[in-house]
Amino acid sequence: MSKKINLRIWRGDVNSGKLEDVVVEANEGEVVLDVIHRVQATQMGDLAVRWNCKAGKCGSCSMEINGKPRLACMTQVANFNEDETITITPLRAFPVIKDLVTDVSFNYKKAMEIEAFSPPADLKPGQARMQQIDVERSQEFRKCIECFLCQDTCHVIRDHEENKKSFAGPRFFIRIAELDMHPLDMLKNRKKKAQEEHGLGMCNITKCCTEVCPEHIKITDNAIIPMKERVVDVKYDPVRWLGSKIRKREGIV
Amino acid sequence: MSEKIQMERHNYDIVVIGAGGAGLRAAVEARVAGLRVAIICKSLFGKAHTVMAEGGVAASMGNVNENDNWQVHFRDTMRGGKFLNHYRMAELHAKEAPDRVWELEVWGALFDRTGEGKISQRNFGGHEYPRLAHVGDRTGLELIRTMQQRIIALQQQDAKDHGDAESFIKVFAEVTVTEVLKESGKVAGVYGYRRENGVEVLFEAPAVILATGGVGKTFKITSNSWEGTGDGHALALKAGGNLVDMEFLQFHPTGMVWPPSVRGILVTESVRGEGGVLTNNKGERFMFKYIPDVFKDKYADNEAEADRWYLDQDNNRRPPELLPRDEVARAINSEVKAGRGSEHGGVFLDVSKRLTAEVIKKRLPSMWHQFYELAGVDITKEAMEVGPTCHYVMGGVEVDPDTAAAVGVPGLFAAGEVAGGMHGSNRLGGNSLSDLLVFGRRAGAGAASYVKQSQPVKVSESAIKNATERIASPFKRTGGENPYSLHQELQEITHNLVGIIRTKTELADAINKIADIRKRIENVTVSGDRLFNPGFHLSFDLDNMLLVAESTAKSAIVREESRGGHTRDDFPVMDTKWRQINNISSFNGKEVVVKQQGLPPMPNELFELFDIHELEKYMSKEETARGGVKL
Repeated sequence: MSKKINLRIWRGDVNSGKLEDVVVEANEGEVVLDVIHRVQATQMGDLAVRWNCKAGKCGSCSMEINGKPRLACMTQVANFNEDETITITPLRAFPVIKDLVTDVSFNYKKAMEIEAFSPPADLKPGQARMQQIDVERSQEFRKCIECFLCQDTCHVIRDHEENKKSFAGPRFFIRIAELDMHPLDMLKNRKKKAQEEHGLGMCNITKCCTEVCPEHIKITDNAIIPMKERVVDVKYDPVRWLGSKIRKREGIV
Repeated sequence: MSEKIQMERHNYDIVVIGAGGAGLRAAVEARVAGLRVAIICKSLFGKAHTVMAEGGVAASMGNVNENDNWQVHFRDTMRGGKFLNHYRMAELHAKEAPDRVWELEVWGALFDRTGEGKISQRNFGGHEYPRLAHVGDRTGLELIRTMQQRIIALQQQDAKDHGDAESFIKVFAEVTVTEVLKESGKVAGVYGYRRENGVEVLFEAPAVILATGGVGKTFKITSNSWEGTGDGHALALKAGGNLVDMEFLQFHPTGMVWPPSVRGILVTESVRGEGGVLTNNKGERFMFKYIPDVFKDKYADNEAEADRWYLDQDNNRRPPELLPRDEVARAINSEVKAGRGSEHGGVFLDVSKRLTAEVIKKRLPSMWHQFYELAGVDITKEAMEVGPTCHYVMGGVEVDPDTAAAVGVPGLFAAGEVAGGMHGSNRLGGNSLSDLLVFGRRAGAGAASYVKQSQPVKVSESAIKNATERIASPFKRTGGENPYSLHQELQEITHNLVGIIRTKTELADAINKIADIRKRIENVTVSGDRLFNPGFHLSFDLDNMLLVAESTAKSAIVREESRGGHTRDDFPVMDTKWRQINNISSFNGKEVVVKQQGLPPMPNELFELFDIHELEKYMSKEETARGGVKL
């Protein structure tokens, strides 16, 4: 049950590029990544695309399909009308390397800036006791496959290159929230640092990140908003603010 | 394009090729030993195939059933491998796995919990007790993320102590290694290129750890990603190392079969561990017919007992859906061949009748997601269609168990799926993630102590010249062979002639056809330039896959018995003579040569862990009479 479909694929590099039209066969049940591979094997041997697992688990094949940030391996061709041209472009928030491949090193730099997990100094292997209900909050954020679609869609950096320096982005807000809610993490000032060092305040909770998350992580509701609320509580509560100054407390517990 | 080829040069104590669980665990160990480590990965950091592991990591912590201990785990592993495992690897693995899991927790991993707040453990095929530490069905993601974050933690410490985060560990993402370089008979470094732009890279280092994973992409239907092209296997062969028992490939019994685009994608064994049953198109729960004699005392032969086991494991035998993977894969294959398969050539796997929708979504979230999004099947209401998929290679680089040093190549080490011996003829589910951690750590330590007592050798200019010529060659050839087409041809050959069920004539045919493709790859031509060019990348992967496929076919044709992940239609039973033999592949520069070597016999203390009547099922009378070796 194969049919011909029309694709419009962005081809080019850092210097220049353009959308190129191709007609390719698509079979029942295929996803966009399948037809990209068919184009690669039969018409454009050097078409650049990243992918690994083809099962929505590794987050490599992130791209924009008809302008929407998506995983190509989880986007069914059948979702589009038969006469519709599917336009495939690289992630817009990151510099293009070639065709559908972008330079996502921004994210790896930001990952380096989040202070690592700090367990109690006397924690011995095998001795930790945690209840399921207590680990589940962080487990939700640890489902993140680092596809960086949330980073791509976030308007704070999507059209504002200048913000990248001071803004870690949704992926790393959930990383901070995950550590903050981790029953064994001892670092007490994570929320404050999220605000002061990682640009949490620049997020104005439009929930675009949550919408594109292929793991359905409630980035805004479960990570960003709770952190913002706690930061605000302390920042604008005069008694606690004064207390924090007098006692020179490092963090906001 | 410009003919002026750029080259970067780097100097490290240890180069780790592969950034999955084994590679990252090795890197951490080597760093902690005070050495400078380069980690090379073909993909972006954090995307390695470990991320796909679903069910869990096997370790006899005894959190759910306190009768569990390393001896039970060792016995299960040897049984699962049909006693062809290297006993010492299975022993180290069983003894050290719990520490490796607990250590992950200290590094931030969050496993699912028992009621007492300990790490929860789940049932899996071939494991006597609930043994797999897990996080839903995304345990591999948890493992790789934890290791990735451990590397970052060490780098942050190095930034504080030494002023540069990358002073001791640096990750080189999207680099293909094309050669392991040797000088004066020992490892001197590696050569490769950056996938992004084709810039060539030389790493000079006295020790190289292969942690490149598997070979699934040599097969048509596989659960493996594009990276599983046997790079480490081929690099080891070309560097003068050996591969052991490459005929043993694990066909995971449950891969997706429909629609065609998802064929082969893994359906975790946890579905059966959580109570999923296999049925044919007659609605018959067929696994009861396929319990082999060696397992008759451990598996239920009727549905009532099998169902009771989920509630009372002490007084009932296990359901046969939880037999080792090779048995279940062969059973499914037989049902389909006998015309009792599903519409699309699989069988049915159903967990909806045993668990509520809520529990299924909680324990098997990514399975629910995967079937719902890719196949339009709601597994909380209906059965999945599943069939065997090439999943794992038991064979691999011949290593010293304690140090992971590759036999015959000073300075070369191997850990994880690329190493052989640990799993014998068949790997148990959950033993892969624990293997990565146990032997990743050992490889890191082994390489570190080797580096500390050896003198580095300089890479010669002629070696660099040869390596650089090889990288340039796909653009210079004019033969016109398309690498994508050759890859597809190879996959058809392995699928049809070296698959689950093998015969001598088909294997001989495969060997000839693989040799023919090997000639034709001399004519592979790629279009475009060096800038992120997948056709160019595939031309090197293809060379590796061909060597691996040749080794598998040549090992398979000489092993005239059926055992674990090697089933011969013309020799359908196990042969005690072959249990004592490893097939050793080496490369003479032109072709793979396979010879036989004795399997090291178990020492007495391990031999005596088994009931002699069980050993009699696998060993000859002379072997059981002789007993274990006195150390």
